[in-house]
Amino acid sequence: MKISEIVSLLNATMVCGRELGEREVEYGFASDLMSDVLTLETDNLLLITGLANNQAVRTAEMSDIPCIIFVRNKKVTQEMIELAVESNITLIEYSSSMFKAIAILSQAGIKPVF
Amino acid sequence: MVFEFEVQGGDFATAGNASSQIKKILKQLNVDHRDIKRIVVALYEAEVNIVAHAFKGRIIANIDTSEVRIRLVDEGPGIPDIELAMQQGYSTASSEVREMGFGAGMGLPNMKKNTDEMHVTSVVDKGTTVELIVFINQPTT
Repeated sequence: MKISEIVSLLNATMVCGRELGEREVEYGFASDLMSDVLTLETDNLLLITGLANNQAVRTAEMSDIPCIIFVRNKKVTQEMIELAVESNITLIEYSSSMFKAIAILSQAGIKPVF
Repeated sequence: MVFEFEVQGGDFATAGNASSQIKKILKQLNVDHRDIKRIVVALYEAEVNIVAHAFKGRIIANIDTSEVRIRLVDEGPGIPDIELAMQQGYSTASSEVREMGFGAGMGLPNMKKNTDEMHVTSVVDKGTTVELIVFINQPTT
């Protein structure tokens, strides 16, 4: 599924990486614990998290994750945007819960990693 | 080629800067993306460990055509029992570190998983040295 499709499906806000909206993601992983994210080997992975800090973006950078959705109305900082732009990562803000995001995306065909 | 970086203990805003720089270098050198991911995930975990536990540290990355060898040398409390620290789930991380999304006792095991060789030596009240070795550009079996 295209990142731009995910944004409209969730009615969420793409904070940066708009030009990368055509990229496809196939799998989703939801966690506030970056240590768990760093154990994954999956490609084309979407990260759903409530942890809005630099380390979430750094974790995505190291793990080759192209897109992060920040749930529960967490706000992305300017510093996070700068890190994300440097690494071609799309950041999305979503005002509702993690559970709701997962429910919608799962129904739309985003697959779990395990 | 040798590259060296400084890491400040406690500075979570910049944690990952060195790993990010090394990732860029490896990309420029056209190292296979699977190898890059293994290297930088292990390295990032190790860099976060310096920020989480030590006062300061240095990262020395040695890159050649067949292997990447990275030494992380910190000045800090050291690890009294390395075997225990290697166990999944064991952590001495502060609540601040946990709020950053780490400190679940998964870093050292994950570093081991992503490297071909890993060596940890430590002296209590002096510091810890971690060496990460990943073979690159190996023929696929």
